[in-house]
Amino acid sequence: MFTTYLRRELVHRRKHSLIIAIGMALAIALVVVVNAVSAGVSAAQSTALASVYGVGTDITVTQAAEPGEGGGGPGGFSFGADEGTTAEDGTTTLEQTQLSTARGITSFDAADLDTVLAVDGVEDATATLSLESTSFSGEIPDFGQTPTEGSTGGMPAPPSGGADGAGGSSFGVDSFSVEGIDLGGAALGPLSSVELADGRTFESTDGGADVAVLDASYAESAELAVGDVIEVGGAELEIIGTVASTSADAATASDVYLPLDTAQTLADLDGQVTTVYVQATGSDAVDAVQADLEGALPEATVSTQSDLASSVSGSLGTASDLVASLGTWLSIIVLLAAFLIAILFTISGVTRRTREFGTLKAIGWSNRRIVGQVAGESVVQSLLGGAIGIAVGLVAVLVINLAAPSLSTTSTGGDAAAGGAPGGTAEGMAGGMGGGPGFGQQATTVAADVTLNAPVTVGILAIAVGLAVIGGVLAGAIGGWRAARLRPAEALRSVA
Amino acid sequence: MARGAAAARRGAAQRRLNRAGAGPRCPPGPRAGPPPAARPPPGPARASISTATVETVERPTKGAYTLAGVGRAYQQKGRTVHALSKVDLEIRSGDMVAVQGPTGGGKSTLLQLLGALDRPSTGTIALGGELLSQLGDARLGAIRGREIGFVFQHFNLIPTLTALENVETALVPLGVSAEERRSRASEALESVGLGERGGHLPSELSGGQQQRVAIARAIVKRPAVLLADEPTGNLDEETRDEIMNLLEGLWRDQGLTLVIVTHDSAVARRAQRRLHIKQGSVREVA
Ligand SMILES: Nc1ncnc2c1ncn2[C@@H]1O[C@H](COP(=O)(O)OP(=O)(O)OP(=O)(O)O)[C@@H](O)[C@H]1O
Ligand SMILES: [Mg+2]
Repeated sequence: MFTTYLRRELVHRRKHSLIIAIGMALAIALVVVVNAVSAGVSAAQSTALASVYGVGTDITVTQAAEPGEGGGGPGGFSFGADEGTTAEDGTTTLEQTQLSTARGITSFDAADLDTVLAVDGVEDATATLSLESTSFSGEIPDFGQTPTEGSTGGMPAPPSGGADGAGGSSFGVDSFSVEGIDLGGAALGPLSSVELADGRTFESTDGGADVAVLDASYAESAELAVGDVIEVGGAELEIIGTVASTSADAATASDVYLPLDTAQTLADLDGQVTTVYVQATGSDAVDAVQADLEGALPEATVSTQSDLASSVSGSLGTASDLVASLGTWLSIIVLLAAFLIAILFTISGVTRRTREFGTLKAIGWSNRRIVGQVAGESVVQSLLGGAIGIAVGLVAVLVINLAAPSLSTTSTGGDAAAGGAPGGTAEGMAGGMGGGPGFGQQATTVAADVTLNAPVTVGILAIAVGLAVIGGVLAGAIGGWRAARLRPAEALRSVA
Repeated sequence: MARGAAAARRGAAQRRLNRAGAGPRCPPGPRAGPPPAARPPPGPARASISTATVETVERPTKGAYTLAGVGRAYQQKGRTVHALSKVDLEIRSGDMVAVQGPTGGGKSTLLQLLGALDRPSTGTIALGGELLSQLGDARLGAIRGREIGFVFQHFNLIPTLTALENVETALVPLGVSAEERRSRASEALESVGLGERGGHLPSELSGGQQQRVAIARAIVKRPAVLLADEPTGNLDEETRDEIMNLLEGLWRDQGLTLVIVTHDSAVARRAQRRLHIKQGSVREVA
């Protein structure tokens, strides 16, 4: 009788049941989507971090450029009147290349690596030199004014064309990131999370040699391949291999990798490094190591992985924030609303059925049976809503995954996250002035593109079903309590 | 729905009593107390039963009521309304009693007390030797489920359940198997002449048919008592006679105690006993 009665009520009071179910479905779908996306975003975040900092890195040590000191970062290009070649028609052709540390960070003595290694709780460490290679080339017709004004001013110079009003002028800015890798170093750092795409990677005999390994996606966009030659800091280096991130979605930390000493020589930074990658003996040692390192290297910025994660910005950072705050609150609010709807509708249903329950009590139905009937109805309605919600949520997650939005991630700022490799994505460069000379105060230090893949786990589904059951039981308990409280004599007098 | 089936459930001793008292036109013999008018109130009621055979003392008569000093007062906006006061009443098993009176007189209140739906404010009510006025809600519910059938003016069928399922609801508290529930319910529907309509929803039935379903629901559990509050109040004259014939037939065949509240003197005249309730006082109409 329980199931017959329940079925009949659900079928005959379809509208009532549907409202409860739809409210619950909406809430459950939202919970599923928010959960999946949030799991996806945090997976993307760790992918991004791993691709940038390498696997196994707990702490990075960097040093911020002193403001005003001009240290680090390519300074503005300056062209003297005698520079460039001036053609007979007055057009000046300019070409200049710079190789220097990314803006916002500065290099420091490689001997600091030994200081780091001497700290208690440090399992291993390796140092790298992160550089930015920027080349500028352009043609400027002679307008009787010094051409420097157009280019040293920072932002305004467009990559090409005459938008600056100087009709007929044309500029090209090319920029890529360069990472000097310690060949004898530990299995840490940027190259620990890459796999070989082509050619070979560095061997210890490559020290000081003019060889380079390229990020596979950069090589593709720059139309370079193994065996080709790339110009870095005025030297021609042979490309011996290309590497790709082990997580297929992310770019590697840098566009070009060189042996550390080669990079130091080319950048005129002998014995200098920009980043030390530190692995602690265990995750519980990280905080202590961080404190000790800060003590040992007072000038340095010491960042843990969790500092780094919080510094991840760009659309990935935005997504993460959005999911964490808005998504969670929205699910909670919608869930509460759904519970409220279920409760109010169940109560109104019981009120409408006062005489029905009075009659059932009159023919001897126990309170327990009537409460069970009311609770059963609302649990089934909520479960129905939960099932619809899971289906809708799964479809939504599927759509998200099919669309596979690519989240760009950049760790910015001269402080906590300044330790990564410099350089924007190739995309960023193609965009124009992103990494060019005089590009404002923002130092782009880490960049990667990560595809969002929102996973749906059994756990999420269990939570969804659990929430539906809780909503149903809650509504059923309250509605059932109202039904149980009815005095049969009075319920029968009710004129509903 | 043979009378034997009902009696079988009540046990051998009971069967004998039922047989003896079943016929409406042969008022109770050996176990009967003095005629209603002369009946002494509360305690004596028990005494009068004890004058019967030993068996009846051990197994008090099903479907027999004893009311002593029963009053029921309601609080209405701070005012106390005495819906019933000082009612002393004896209803024998197998009696057919019509209750009449002006509106607001307390007829429904009396029926709810007899039906174990409510407890009196004062006085005692015993049904078949059990003191209803002292029992808890759960015990009263169990007694309603087992002993008492209700028929209401507005039929009170569950609108979402079919006729057959509505009849089945009465067997739910008795814990009979689904199969037996089904077969007994269709048997009951058959006995009210609706064997073919079991699959219909109440909304698909006429008023008279709905009331037949309600009567089937009331009698399917073979109760000792059938209480009907204006069962024909919502029906036209022709249907009214139909329903009355049905109720009277069931009463005669099954030997149950039947109490009918009615405004209709034509209905009341068919009863064996007539009570008149006015302003909470009960008077026997000769
Ligand atoms: N739950 C209640 N609360 C307050 N007063 C009540 C309640 N139930 C009944 N009454 C009052 O008790 C009195 C008797 O009511 P009852 O329903 O028994 O009358 P009735 O004889 O059945 O009338 P009718 O013929 O109209 O059905 C009325 O005055 C009524 O207002
Ligand atoms: Mg009434």
